[in-house]
Amino acid sequence: MSVTTSSSLPSEALTAGQLPKHTAIAMLVVAVAITAGVLALFGAAGPASVIVVGALLFLVAMFALSGAVEGIRKAKDRMARYVVTGFFIIALFPLVSLIWQTIAKGLERMDAQFFSYSMRNVIGEGGGAVHAIWGTLIVTGIAGLISVPIGLFTAIYLVEYSGRGRLAAAIRFFVDVMTGIPSIVAGLFAYTLFSFVFGPGTNSGFAGAIALSVLMIPTVVRSVEEMLRLVPNELREASYALGVPKWRTIAKVVLPTALAGIVTGVVLSVARVIGETAPLLVTAGITSSLNVNPFADPMATLPVFVYYQYITPGVPQDPFYARAWAGALTLILIVMGLNAIGRLIAWKFAPKTGR
Amino acid sequence: MSKRIELKDLNIFYGKFHAVKSVNMTIEPRAVTAFIGSSGCGKSTVLRSINRMHEVIDGAYVEGQVLLDGVDLYDKAVDPVRVRRHIGMVFQRPNPFPTMSIRENILAGVRLNNTKISRSEADELVEQSLRGANLWNEVKDRLDRPGSGLSGGQQQRLCIARAIAVSPDVLLMDEPCSALDPISTLAIEDLIKELKETYTVVIVTHNMQQAARVSDSTAFFNLKAHGQPGELIEYGPTEKIFHNPDQKATEDYITGRFG
Repeated sequence: MSVTTSSSLPSEALTAGQLPKHTAIAMLVVAVAITAGVLALFGAAGPASVIVVGALLFLVAMFALSGAVEGIRKAKDRMARYVVTGFFIIALFPLVSLIWQTIAKGLERMDAQFFSYSMRNVIGEGGGAVHAIWGTLIVTGIAGLISVPIGLFTAIYLVEYSGRGRLAAAIRFFVDVMTGIPSIVAGLFAYTLFSFVFGPGTNSGFAGAIALSVLMIPTVVRSVEEMLRLVPNELREASYALGVPKWRTIAKVVLPTALAGIVTGVVLSVARVIGETAPLLVTAGITSSLNVNPFADPMATLPVFVYYQYITPGVPQDPFYARAWAGALTLILIVMGLNAIGRLIAWKFAPKTGR
Repeated sequence: MSKRIELKDLNIFYGKFHAVKSVNMTIEPRAVTAFIGSSGCGKSTVLRSINRMHEVIDGAYVEGQVLLDGVDLYDKAVDPVRVRRHIGMVFQRPNPFPTMSIRENILAGVRLNNTKISRSEADELVEQSLRGANLWNEVKDRLDRPGSGLSGGQQQRLCIARAIAVSPDVLLMDEPCSALDPISTLAIEDLIKELKETYTVVIVTHNMQQAARVSDSTAFFNLKAHGQPGELIEYGPTEKIFHNPDQKATEDYITGRFG
């Protein structure tokens, strides 16, 4: 095609070569097969080496092929896409294997007995975690009852009332510091506090709840603060312009608008503390019997139950390990259930677009 | 109920920044008054000072007086929340409450103030306000749907309906049409002409044709230079401002020979 324009730009065709749709998948299979064959020749074929070397071979071959057929820009694009996908799979791997392991090993003891018996008078097989499940629900529930109001009102103060004051800056600073507190420190704090008030060596579910609150409050404050800041100022102004007082504006306009995000944030903060082991180890302690009174005597919780089942197995060991895995699976199920409830609430109260 | 507003030597500040300098004007009841002027000259600030909305911003305060039928709104004994129940406001961007239905949006002013209202009274108020905002026929079959599902123009009329549902004496409008298409703008302008039968209407607009079309009086604001406070340059009947202004600056602005 002869081009007779005065443009000094080189004329460029609008079409370019294209690789068939499933080239990448075919190439991946071929690359892994070749790698497996070659490594087998040297006697070095293991799953890890085949995957890593195969993936690298795939990247190089794909880059060369795409560069030759489709041009260098497309080759780079493919390269970036495959690298990103690869890292995503790497990130997914531990998560999937963790859930797989827990389900595989935990299912063995997910029976009626596990959910109806405590460890009272159990020395070998049998027994259950009903005391630990109740303990976890009670301790986390109390921690939530303490942390959510404190966190919510702190966030409301920070966003709606403080402006740019020094007190707000100080609160933000300390909330940030609290976020970074190691959980064992929170546990020791609660332990010391209760030892100081009720005498040394006091274990109780309430002390555990206090320890968890110390960990939970900063995350609640932070997430609620973010959510309240997302509420457009225009809605507050619309409310003020109707002659609605400030506190009613917050209660009836700002909080409902942010409710979905607030619920999600609270559920996430519960999920963060429900699996804490160290602070509960020193505060709530462990017992083999059901104790539903948070204000007296040690209270078993799922993480601590799992810890003790695994670290101090009896003879035979297997029932202890099975109980530990079942406890871990129960914990995951509780967190997932909380997440589901949170999502349901968030979905129900989310601002509706109505289209 | 329509009331007269007088601004007496009104100076408005944001912290140390002097935003508006000594404004004196009388806004007549049962009429539409338009504020025009270039961006940043303080017309919205003056508007927001009339129902004490501007003090919502940190560090903002005023000196001087705003009189509503002779009562100084900035008197120490005056509660800004009560002022806003008498002086409603419509904003530049439509802002219906996203968690509420159309019906709840209209009733927001009543319900949020915790006033008890019977079902039949509420129904009547909703219909009356939506009719007042020329929106009733478009939404009467979907009052329980979310207000945010309406088009931009409908949302803005919903906001006007919400503002008049608390039966204010004055309605302030801060560029109510700037986010709307011409058809919706026309609907709002028609509505403004009807609203002035009942309310004192003050409208800020960047659209000079709009000011010429809907207003009875026009106030032109300007600032001498960047960083200087805005000032009221000229205020008079719209006819005179647009055809025979006293000030050179006004004429330049009206005819488009301006910055």
